[in-house]
Amino acid sequence: MPQEHALEAALARDLEGCFERMVREYQDRLYSFAHRLAGNPQDAEEIAQDAFVRAYRALKTYPAERIRALSLKAWLYQITLNVARNRMRAKRHAVVSIDERDGDGHAAWEPEDSPENRPDSRFERGRRRADIATLVAGLPERYRSALILRYMEGLRLEEVASVLKQPLGTVKSNVHRAVNALREALSASRRFPAAKEVIS
Amino acid sequence: MNRTVQKSLPPTTSVLRHLRSSPTHEAPASLLPAVLRRVGLGDLYWQLDSPVGAVFIAASRAGISMVSRARSREDFERSFERLRGRPISRATSRPPAAVRILMKNLAGRDRGKLRFDLRGVSEFERAVLMKALEIPGGEVRPYSWIAREIGHPEAVRAVGTALGKNPVPLLIPCHRVVRADGTIGNYSLGGSRVKRTLLEVEGVEPEIIEQLAARGIRYLGNEKERYYCYPTCGGTKSLVDSNHVPFHNGREAVAAGYRPCKACRPAA
Repeated sequence: MPQEHALEAALARDLEGCFERMVREYQDRLYSFAHRLAGNPQDAEEIAQDAFVRAYRALKTYPAERIRALSLKAWLYQITLNVARNRMRAKRHAVVSIDERDGDGHAAWEPEDSPENRPDSRFERGRRRADIATLVAGLPERYRSALILRYMEGLRLEEVASVLKQPLGTVKSNVHRAVNALREALSASRRFPAAKEVIS
Repeated sequence: MNRTVQKSLPPTTSVLRHLRSSPTHEAPASLLPAVLRRVGLGDLYWQLDSPVGAVFIAASRAGISMVSRARSREDFERSFERLRGRPISRATSRPPAAVRILMKNLAGRDRGKLRFDLRGVSEFERAVLMKALEIPGGEVRPYSWIAREIGHPEAVRAVGTALGKNPVPLLIPCHRVVRADGTIGNYSLGGSRVKRTLLEVEGVEPEIIEQLAARGIRYLGNEKERYYCYPTCGGTKSLVDSNHVPFHNGREAVAAGYRPCKACRPAA
């Protein structure tokens, strides 16, 4: 895409002068992606912020040649994904705990010491609230990232492979499995009103 | 997977359609400013006293990016963001020493230590501003001097326009550029009266320049050393020196055997 390469060339020429343009161009994409990964706006904003800051620091150390040769979009997604993963790991933010806080203010990952926090009842609550984003968030990590990047972010399979640093075949099969897993999840939540809306 | 389960699954196309049409989230307005600040590319500003009253001075990592008078901080922030298209926030640190010193003494020599962020300024405008920066405190030059010095002797009017758009008045001393007829000319930071005040603060005697100009005198010659200058070259000492020889133009001076001063470079 010529436009993207123009930005890469501009960054290689004048990083400080063009960095702002890069943020403006990618902030909606990366924020949205972070939102899908994290499931809430606070984490999404911090992830997107950290990703841009990391990108800047990395670009500072890259020679112009390397910046010009970057595939900026995939590279930025990759950074965002890494930031999000590290953050979730650090917070022990389990993949399934998309609804971070329940109505009663308990964090979803709090110890299962009370009846309403037992895994089965938590699962029920999750299903009742099911919408497609929640179901996607409940997928195993390896499926989830591939699926979000491919279908929600609209990246080409080659781009997804580059973001995830995986062979194309692995990406294809993970995306395929993710879609099937999602179909299963949707089917399972069909009886619940919230889910019915999305698959009608 | 058995047949019955498969049958009950929603079709892939429907799932993909829902995935593709899932809502996207627009980045919050706070994201860009936060990022720029964290990497040191956001502008900061200070409010300082100057000979023309309180001014706001903005700086990015690249250098001073704006000097402006505004009614309030909010007005300044709004106009900065509108004109520059990037975020600004109030500095918590002290302004750079060179800026503080210059605001106390505009004619000081600390300009050389300043860096300016002139993003968005054209090549021509930049050349004009950099040339204005060379005019020492206590001296003035006509617009035509800048035009000639930057290699566009015909672009006198464009020089005036460029100076009028000076994003960093006071620090780039566009107030030291006056009309060839000796009148003070316009000033972006508050009109000719403010410009006059600034020149007086710097030790220029606007009346003397005006009186000379009214008599058609553009240059003064040093009889002993046989060179001629702009009247304010080297400060006002030449103005009170009774040995000076008045000239209406460079040709007259050259014909009288005078050479142009190497410091102020008057027209030949």
